[in-house]
Amino acid sequence: MIYYYKINCLPKNLKLIREFVTSALRNMPLSDIEINQLVLAVDEICTNLMVHTHHYNPNNFIEVSISQFPEAIQFEIIDKNITDFDITQYKFSGMTKIIQERRKGGLGLLLVHKIMDKVEIQRENCQNTWRLLKTISQN
Amino acid sequence: MQIKEYTEKNIHTIEIIGDLDASSAIQLDQVLEKALQDGRKKILIDCQNLMYIASAGLGVFVSHIETFKEQNIHCALYNMSDKVKNIFQILGLDSLLVIVKDRETALHSIQ
Repeated sequence: MIYYYKINCLPKNLKLIREFVTSALRNMPLSDIEINQLVLAVDEICTNLMVHTHHYNPNNFIEVSISQFPEAIQFEIIDKNITDFDITQYKFSGMTKIIQERRKGGLGLLLVHKIMDKVEIQRENCQNTWRLLKTISQN
Repeated sequence: MQIKEYTEKNIHTIEIIGDLDASSAIQLDQVLEKALQDGRKKILIDCQNLMYIASAGLGVFVSHIETFKEQNIHCALYNMSDKVKNIFQILGLDSLLVIVKDRETALHSIQ
């Protein structure tokens, strides 16, 4: 089963993305806490793209797809506005440094990496695809 | 998201209603900043109706941890759902902020 959603880059649409992901995950063997974690991870990537890449330009779109496999759920967030952001080069700050510097940002990608089992970006055909993988148990 | 505030016996309570995400976190930040500017030393955050928190919401609290310490401000969050608390726990913030079960415990923790 594949779930697909395409939406333009507006602040109010972040909630619609969360509702879409929640609705899709309700059909899978996940607890409310697990669903909330996965919704958050997708929300964080979409927020980063809408804010930093698209500057909430309503003429731009991002696409989210969710695929269920026997032992994993894969989330793909497709961004057709290529940026130079390379997650492999992203340097995560520790919590101590973030607290000392009184930073409000820097927690999103940290959360995504703690929640997901695999995070990667694929660049091809003039688009970036963020691919997030979460393994699930069938118990 | 909506925010309600009230003060009783020098204890300032901020109630968060709805989703605390990238589009709403600034509201909470402004309310918290105002409370600090007003010299509030005891602040309670009622999370009973906080339905969702994203990193932007966590960032509001994280950015004030040092100020709380420096200015001897007692702040406690209470009535938090398990799923919202879990997000604080993922980053270990449950050990850096005071998060308790209910208002009574919160009042006790800031005395």
